[in-house]
Amino acid sequence: MAAKTLFDKVWDAHVVTEIKGGPSVLYIDKHLVHEVTSPQAFAGLEKRGISLFRLQNTLATADHNVPTKDQHLPIKEALSRQQVEKLTENCNKFGVTLYGLGHPYQGIVHVIGPELGVTLPGMTMVCGDSHTSTHGAFGSIAFGIGTSEVEQVMATQCLMQSKPKTMKIEINGKLGKGVVSKDIILYIISKISAAGGTGYFVEFAGSAIRSLSMEARMTICNMSIEMGARGGMIAPDETTFEYIKGREFAPKGAKFDEAVAYWKTLYSDEDAKFDQVLTYKAEDIEPMITYGTNPGMGIKVSGHIPAETEIDAASRLSFKKSLEYMDFQPGASLIGKQVNYVFIGSCTNSRIEDLRLVAEFVKGKKKAANINAYVIPGSKQVEKQAIAEGIDKVLAEAGFELREPGCSACLGMNEDKVPKGEYCVSTSNRNFEGRQGPGARTLLASPLTAAAVAVSGKIVDVRDFNLN
Amino acid sequence: MEKFVTITSNITPLAIEDIDTDQIIPARFLKATTREGFGDNLFRDWRYDEQNNPKKDFVLNNQDFAGSKILVAGKNFGCGSSREHAAWAITDAGFKVVVSSFFADIFKNNALNNGLLPVQVSQQFLNTVFEKVQADKNLKLNVDLEKQKIEIVGHNVSESFEINDYKKTCLINGYDDIDYLLSIKDKIEAYEKGSKYLSLISK
Repeated sequence: MAAKTLFDKVWDAHVVTEIKGGPSVLYIDKHLVHEVTSPQAFAGLEKRGISLFRLQNTLATADHNVPTKDQHLPIKEALSRQQVEKLTENCNKFGVTLYGLGHPYQGIVHVIGPELGVTLPGMTMVCGDSHTSTHGAFGSIAFGIGTSEVEQVMATQCLMQSKPKTMKIEINGKLGKGVVSKDIILYIISKISAAGGTGYFVEFAGSAIRSLSMEARMTICNMSIEMGARGGMIAPDETTFEYIKGREFAPKGAKFDEAVAYWKTLYSDEDAKFDQVLTYKAEDIEPMITYGTNPGMGIKVSGHIPAETEIDAASRLSFKKSLEYMDFQPGASLIGKQVNYVFIGSCTNSRIEDLRLVAEFVKGKKKAANINAYVIPGSKQVEKQAIAEGIDKVLAEAGFELREPGCSACLGMNEDKVPKGEYCVSTSNRNFEGRQGPGARTLLASPLTAAAVAVSGKIVDVRDFNLN
Repeated sequence: MEKFVTITSNITPLAIEDIDTDQIIPARFLKATTREGFGDNLFRDWRYDEQNNPKKDFVLNNQDFAGSKILVAGKNFGCGSSREHAAWAITDAGFKVVVSSFFADIFKNNALNNGLLPVQVSQQFLNTVFEKVQADKNLKLNVDLEKQKIEIVGHNVSESFEINDYKKTCLINGYDDIDYLLSIKDKIEAYEKGSKYLSLISK
C-alpha cells in the first residue's frame, strides 16, 4: 500500500464520493456552531423546508458577542443580544444542543471542543470560524468554513472540498528560556508570510512539537490559518490520549481502548510524500512580537522592524501603509515603547495553562499604572478551574481582573475594545487594522510576554526577568 | 444562484496586498441575521472617516471607477476570518469578479458559493493592470468564464485562469452545492453505515 501522510489517512477515511474534475464529498464528524456565522444558514434550511441531517454531530455555543461582565444579565448591546437570542431560538427550533450563556460548558467554541472531549483524533471537524484549525492539534482535519458551507453541513453532514496540498513543518531541538508555543508559531509565520501556507494543509512535527502539551499544540494549530493554511495538524501520541482520557464526551472503557488502538495508526508513514517540507531549529526561536497589520509581520522582541529595503518591491506599499497605521518607523526597535492595553485571552491563548503561566509570572508583581489589562478565560470551565487554583486572587493582587469567558477584545464584537490609536499587546491571533476596535493598534505576543508588558507598562524582553 | 455570464467592465483597482476580511467588512457589522445590505459597509474603515464622510482618496469613493463590476486587488486577497459576509459585501456592492495574484482559500470558496468569480492571475498580469489603469481610468477587463480567459480590453494582453470543472459548471448554470449533496443522500447514508470510526465515537 502506498505511503500516506497523516492528512491523507484522515481525509481518505472521510471521502463519501468524488466528483470527476471537481471536489470530493467529505463527511464531517463534528460541526461546531456559534451565533455569528449561523443565522443565515439556519434561515437557508428553513427556506428549503429541511431539518438538520445529523443533530448528534452538531454542537453550538455563544462566544463572539458575549459580554465579559455580568453574563447573568441580558446583553446590553441590542444587535449582539439579538444575534445571541437568534442562536437560542434556532437551536430550540432545530433541536441543536446549545451551551449558551449561563451554561457551565459555555465558552469559546475552540476551547470547549477539546476540553469536553468532543474533539478527537482522526475526526473531520468544521465550524464557521477560521480558527477551527485549533482542533488539528489532536490529529483531526479541522478547518473553518463560510456560512453557505455551514448550511451544507447542516443539511447533509457533508462538504464539497478539493483536496489541498500537504506541507510538513518540522521544529527540532529544545526551546530557550521565555520561549513558548506562541513564539514558535509567530516565528514560523514571520518566516513564510501570511500567505506562505495558502493551498496547503500543514502537519507540525519534530521533537520540539512532540515536547509540547496539548494546550500548547492547540496554540500552534490555531494560528496555522494565519499563514494562509487551510488547517494544521499534529499526529496524536500519548500526550494526546492522556489529555482526552476521562473527558465528558470522550469514549470510555473498552471503547476508549479501541479508539486509542485506531488513533495510534494516525501518523505520517516514514516515506510519505509532502508537497513541501520546511525545517526549523527550536534554538533559533526567541520571544516574538508583531509590528505590523498582519500576523506575518513579526520580529524577535529584541530585534528591529525591517528597513524598507529589506521588503520585496511588490510588498512595499502594504508595508508602508501598515507602519503608517501603527505609527512605527522602519528599522526601529520596539523595546521600551509604551503600551496602555494588554489583552490575555482568545481561542489562541485563554486556556488554563495560559492563565497559569500569566499568574506564575505576575505573582508578587503589580501591573504598571498605565496598563488596562483584560484577562478573559476561554470557557466557564477554565474560569472555574482558575478560581479553584487561586489564579483569580493572584491576578487581583497584581491589579488584573479575571473576567467571564468569550472572544472579547480579540475581535471586539462585544464591548471590550481598544480605543483608537492605542497600542495593545495581545495574546490573540490577528493584528489586522481595526481588529480590536476602529483605529486600535495590536501587537501579537505570547501570554508570557504580554504579562511582562503588563507589569512594565512598555514593551520588554521577558528574558530580562527572572524566570523559573 | 444567478448564472454567471461573460463580464466586460471597468475596474476598481486596489493595489494593496494581504487585504483581510476584517477590512472588507469589519467585525462590528457582522451582527445582522440576513445576507442583505452588507455592501454599505464594504471597506467601511478605509471608505469613511469617523463622521461617516467618504474619504476622498479611497478608490470606492472615486467616481472615475463608479459602476465597476470587477475588483482588482493585491496578492493574498481575503485572508483572515472565514466570514462569508465579506463575499456578501462585495457582491452586494455590485461586483461580479475579484482579480488578484493570490486568494485565501476560505475566501475563494465563499466567493464561489455566492456567484462571485475569483480570478487568479500572474503577478505580472496584475502589475500590468495596475500600471495601465493609472494612465486610463476607464481601463476595461473582459472575463470569459467559458473560455477561462481574462483580457485587458484594447491592449491585446490576456491570460487564462484556472477553475475546477465542477465549480465552473455550477457558476455557469447557477447551481448550488446543497442541491447536489441532497441528491446523493443515499450515498451519505451508505458511508455512515460503513464507517467503523463513526460507531466508535458516537455515544
